[in-house]
Amino acid sequence: MNQVVSNLVLDEEPIVKIEGVTKSFGSVYAVDDINLQIYRGEFFSLLGGSGCGKTTLLRMLAGFEAPTQGRIYIDGKDITDVPPYRRPINMMFQSYALFPHMTVEDNIAFGLKQEGMPAEGIKERVDEMLELVQVTQFKQRKPHQLSGGQRQRVALARALAKHPRILLLDEPLGALDKKLREKTQFELVNIQQSLGITFIVVTHDQEEAMTMSNRVALMRDGRIEQIDTPRMIYEFPRSRYAASFFGSINLFSGTVTDQLDDAVNVYSEEAGAALQVTHSHPLAIGTDVTIAVRPEKLRLIPEVIDGPNMLQGVIAEIAYLGDMSTYHIDLPTGKRIQFTQSNSQPLAEQPFDWGQMVTLTWQPHAATVLTE
Amino acid sequence: MKRSPFLISAMILGYAFLYGPIVSLIVYSFNDSRLVTVWSGFSTKWYGELLHNEQILSAAWLSIEIAAVSATIATILGTLTALVLVRFKQSRMRIALDTVVAAPLVMPEVIIGLSLLLLFISIEQLIGWPAGRGQTTITIAHSTFAMAYITVVVRSRLAHMDQSLEEAAMDLGAHPLKVFFLITMPIIAPSLMAGWLLAFTLSMDDLIVASFVSGPGSTTLPMVVYSSVRLGVSPEINALATIMVGIVGLSVVIAGRVLYKQQRSSLAKEI
Amino acid sequence: MMQRFENANWGKTLVAAVPWLWLGLFFILPFLFVLKISLAEPQLAQPPYQDLIREVSDGVVTLVLNFGNYQLLLEDSLYINALLSSIKVAAISTGFAILIGYPMAYGIARAPTHWRLPLLMLIILPFWTSFLIRVYAWIGILKGNGLLNQALMGLGVIDAPLEILYTPTAVYIGIVYSYLPFIVLPLYATLVRLDESLLEAAADLGCPPIRQFLLVTLPLSLPGLIAGAMLVFIPVMGEFVVPDLLGGPDSLMIGKLMWSEFFSNKDWPLASSLAAILLMVLVVPFALLRHMERKHEEMDQ
Repeated sequence: MNQVVSNLVLDEEPIVKIEGVTKSFGSVYAVDDINLQIYRGEFFSLLGGSGCGKTTLLRMLAGFEAPTQGRIYIDGKDITDVPPYRRPINMMFQSYALFPHMTVEDNIAFGLKQEGMPAEGIKERVDEMLELVQVTQFKQRKPHQLSGGQRQRVALARALAKHPRILLLDEPLGALDKKLREKTQFELVNIQQSLGITFIVVTHDQEEAMTMSNRVALMRDGRIEQIDTPRMIYEFPRSRYAASFFGSINLFSGTVTDQLDDAVNVYSEEAGAALQVTHSHPLAIGTDVTIAVRPEKLRLIPEVIDGPNMLQGVIAEIAYLGDMSTYHIDLPTGKRIQFTQSNSQPLAEQPFDWGQMVTLTWQPHAATVLTE
Repeated sequence: MKRSPFLISAMILGYAFLYGPIVSLIVYSFNDSRLVTVWSGFSTKWYGELLHNEQILSAAWLSIEIAAVSATIATILGTLTALVLVRFKQSRMRIALDTVVAAPLVMPEVIIGLSLLLLFISIEQLIGWPAGRGQTTITIAHSTFAMAYITVVVRSRLAHMDQSLEEAAMDLGAHPLKVFFLITMPIIAPSLMAGWLLAFTLSMDDLIVASFVSGPGSTTLPMVVYSSVRLGVSPEINALATIMVGIVGLSVVIAGRVLYKQQRSSLAKEI
Repeated sequence: MMQRFENANWGKTLVAAVPWLWLGLFFILPFLFVLKISLAEPQLAQPPYQDLIREVSDGVVTLVLNFGNYQLLLEDSLYINALLSSIKVAAISTGFAILIGYPMAYGIARAPTHWRLPLLMLIILPFWTSFLIRVYAWIGILKGNGLLNQALMGLGVIDAPLEILYTPTAVYIGIVYSYLPFIVLPLYATLVRLDESLLEAAADLGCPPIRQFLLVTLPLSLPGLIAGAMLVFIPVMGEFVVPDLLGGPDSLMIGKLMWSEFFSNKDWPLASSLAAILLMVLVVPFALLRHMERKHEEMDQ
């Protein structure tokens, strides 16, 4: 499972180690035997639909829920039984949870006062935080006098004020509108990198997770489906669920016909063709597999040539999205596939039309074999 | 919204029914005649008589003392109970507490009074405290039934409060006791105030329980009023009633204006 | 999701222990004493009852349990009549309170939003002035030369004064007057939650207003109605002040009886057994009230 993680050193001790953690409520398993390691300085996302257990896992890290089974380690120390007010972790809440009866300044200073920091130190740190998230001019206001975006920044400043080793963020961008969300995504990553703090984010938005994270853990029904960098999980998903979770994908079910050195040949009735995919593990002939190809990995060629991965079909739908277009193509077998291409040609030279017959292909290493 | 004439007249009649007697009390407190309901001229002499009535004045003072202390005790107990009912895990203990604390709300006062008196006597026989009935026993009794009301008031506010505020405070390093005093209490403060006032009123107003558990020398205001009105109408009581209505009315007006001003000033600061 | 203080156990125990101890000592324990004294024999002494434990010698404890009080209650028609009369008064008062209180609650719930709070406050305000004094006000209104008779005779509606004071009618008036907020508030809470679009849907399907009320509003307001009714019925069963001041010597209710047995006759054991019986009778409506309140809580979530 060791993947290359861009600017991290993976041979260090993980800063967070989750070992066999389960949380059950009666017969319902919100979190089911999770094992996870997160490394210092990572921007790590827990991604999944509602009910997948990501929020429960986050709350167990913060200390608001106790695991039914398993242990949690921070920097090697077992903190499973440590109450939230004694953990070196701070959290930014989904609802921001700003104290309504305190000013912005007092909100940010709260954690520092609990630590027993002397007054001048507090003032310095608070000013530093106000600057960091750019809310200095609002420091005397109360939360109800701020806009949603401003409240979010105060919540972030408050959570960072104590310079925690780990910051947990529960759906941090959920309440923001699209433009603000994009801007804030970059700000968050910048802040995280400049402070060197480990961020663990819970989100249901896959674009968000992919944009900001070093690694993403996709969760489903209390378990981890796949952990990988955004690129790997997108290009090489390891299950149908993971494949369909991120963007669109073409899935062909088929059977292994032969095993080559670094690839497998698969015959797919759905596709009505022989397919070849790069694959490192051996697979027995006759195994049922699914081949996954992303729509943007398909290439248009003028006519069929000899070899695997040749599909011919008729354009049934065109979805024009401005910067790119998605084409739905019906194969003779009845299967519909998706093909995406950027609209780099000016309008006058529009390449395709409905009903047009096209030939598509892809490189063997542009697809993945899924066995589940 | 359809405004049905039936509904409006029913409401007007209802409010007239509620306030009619109060208005009559006030009007006739200024009646010159001792026969309260036979008007014989305007006079404020009954107010003068009232203010010189030692019995009523000392009873009023005792009642205020008892009310203030029992309201405070009841607020503390009621808040603790509300915390258990709202913030603790689902358990049989919680359900049991919920039922027990709901009982004083509807229990007939004669039963509360009688049972507490028997308790006090029996405990006195055992350990010598409380030595005779009086201010202490009345205060204990009032605290007990008032806490049930306060539990209702505080509980509802607590349940609607955003719990992530308390979690955020804990996350930032405050242990639960601090969280309660720094975060929870300021936020539920209005309902604590309302509860305290409610308990104060209930205590000032209680006749039956006080009659059972009081002793020589501890006569409360309701007890004095009761013995006067048993014998028929008494204009000094009208004067007393008017003063009470006046105090309550004034407090409500002041509270209303303070709240209004608060709202105005915070709106002004908003972007 | 419910907050769980899973890591602060001793603090939790303390917070729960304090109210339990207080209620246990000053609410539950007294009832046990009521039961105990109800089985005692009266005596002319201070306190006016004999101890149940007569003798302790040679490891033998002699208890005397006197069931005579309960026997008396069941045999003497006075007490049975008092119980039945109390039930009757409580039931009728509750009925009248609903008749007056329901339209008021409904009116407030349907009023424009910024009127609702002031209207509710107007209902609660009288509650903050002395209950005793307000009942006393009715004496001045209902008596022979009281305000009501003066007004009616002045208007020429009647020739001779109506005798209302010291009759059951006066008791009903007094009780409904005092307990009105207890019906209005829970009913209001339920009615204000009522989705108007349900009534619009009924109208759309051909239902005239009266049937809308009977078939939609009334059934949906039932939990609040029953809760409010119990909040009136249960305390009124033991009501003392109103029957005493407005009902005159003939009005018979358990509350009055308990009071006179206790203060006039100094028969504490008998008063205790009355209390015990009343408690047992009230268990049923109390259970009903709790059931309705729990339903209400569920709807809240």
